[in-house]
Amino acid sequence: MSAASKLLIFGGVALAGFGMLYGLHYALFVEHQALDSMGNSLATAFTSAAARHLPDAHAAIAAYGATKYDYVRQVDVHSHWIGLAMLMIVLGVAMDHVAFGRRLRFWIALNLLVGSVVFPLGVLLQSESHGASYASATAIVGVILVTVALAAVAAGFARGSV
Amino acid sequence: MAVWEPPPGPAGGGQRSPASTVRVSPKDTPANVAATFSAMGARRLLVFGGVALIVGGMLFGDIFAVFVLHQNGDRTGEELLAAARAVMAQNAPGVNNAFGQIGNLLEDRGTKIDTHVHMTDVGYLALLLALIQPYVALSAARKKLLAKWLLIGGTLLPVGIFLIHYVGLAYSPFRVIGWASALADSAGALLIIALIGELWGLWNHFRSMRVGAVEAELPDDRSRERRTLLAGGTLLVLIGFLHGAWYAGAMLYQHEARETAILDTVLDGASANDLTAAGRSVTDYGALQTEKAVNIAAHSHIIEFGLLAILLSFVQPYVFLGAEWKRRWVNLLLAGSVILPVFVLLELKMGLVAGGIADLGGLMVIIALVAMLVGVLRYSGKLEAETGVPA
Repeated sequence: MSAASKLLIFGGVALAGFGMLYGLHYALFVEHQALDSMGNSLATAFTSAAARHLPDAHAAIAAYGATKYDYVRQVDVHSHWIGLAMLMIVLGVAMDHVAFGRRLRFWIALNLLVGSVVFPLGVLLQSESHGASYASATAIVGVILVTVALAAVAAGFARGSV
Repeated sequence: MAVWEPPPGPAGGGQRSPASTVRVSPKDTPANVAATFSAMGARRLLVFGGVALIVGGMLFGDIFAVFVLHQNGDRTGEELLAAARAVMAQNAPGVNNAFGQIGNLLEDRGTKIDTHVHMTDVGYLALLLALIQPYVALSAARKKLLAKWLLIGGTLLPVGIFLIHYVGLAYSPFRVIGWASALADSAGALLIIALIGELWGLWNHFRSMRVGAVEAELPDDRSRERRTLLAGGTLLVLIGFLHGAWYAGAMLYQHEARETAILDTVLDGASANDLTAAGRSVTDYGALQTEKAVNIAAHSHIIEFGLLAILLSFVQPYVFLGAEWKRRWVNLLLAGSVILPVFVLLELKMGLVAGGIADLGGLMVIIALVAMLVGVLRYSGKLEAETGVPA
């Protein structure tokens, strides 16, 4: 097994494990509270409106929006870390079919690993500090790394024999 | 757990070689390729079961898309309008009742999506595990047992999830967990146990570098079908990834802002006893949910089909069909993998016509998968006819 394959397979297994642990922590300590909060906010908004307390109703809708903003990103972080990890493992098995030299294949694998860690991390930072530009920049760097790596892998597969 | 049986050495004394995995090279004969697919061994079970679960999950998804998804969305909109009417009538219990119905509809929709997702994902997992069997240093019997547990768990888990909405808490001794949830959780536990067993086998392998040649590595096939699936699959993943990045950057914030703004206008309209305005906002809300759903569905489906294509590339040596037919099924699979997500996106502009074409794309993928499964079954039959070993 080449170094690139090992990097992708072990990196993928580690990232999947980390993503699952993150999801477990989120499900146990955050998710139910977030879902309850969203449901309660919506119900409060409508019952407040029924009682003609419109400022309270709008405040409840704003609270719903803020909670959902975090909820969507936290779930995305969990699923994207695990999804990218699965992709890394599968590509790790197939990496020897990428028709480039060993060195280039290793750099492609490293790009994919770093991008797969950094991109969801940027999304996570967005939920920590809403609208922070460093968080979006981190996610964008991750996206670029993964995109370049995937394009290189696709080209390597299409080229044929090593 | 770790009863790993080292392969017998040259002298038959069970000596361990640091790199004794059986590697099948391009020059290998069909007989050696056959050695990588032992009669009803773990790999064969995982390939059969994995493809069957993916086909089942996709069929379920197609049926759900045609008969449940849109109807469910319409009814959710009606209930939201009922909540707005209750606001107009200053009827708080009516609001709560409408939200109870919305919760019920969301549970119905959510459990069906989860059934579809879990069935196909366990299929992917089974195919992935089929690839890594040479590195799982456990006895052949243990590997087969783990494969069976994974497939049983992978079948019962979606069945349990599907039944949650219908069984509810009937006859349950618990306050919040029903029998269907118990079935799903037990099946999930079986899956976890099987995965821990596989990880234990991997750990055995890499810790000692003793490679149990109970199963040979996959054939080093460099055929056109495999390259097409590998390159096409990676391209699909890349396109899906870029679409997701575009959606997150250009649309997500806009959609989030629109959602709260629409809900505000629903409440304003209902409070002002303006049912027309409230109804218009509810329609906008439904359109926004559709816009979000089709983007997310296109993103996730194109990536999943990409992964499926990459995984299926490894199964190609076991598909006993003529080269021309193998290519046709590969092309059909890739074409369906593009058509489904593209026309899911076009539903926003073309409506149900695009939805129908998207379902046709799903059907193309299912047909290609079934054809490949038939090819694998034919291959198994051929091996058994040649060796006289029944499956």
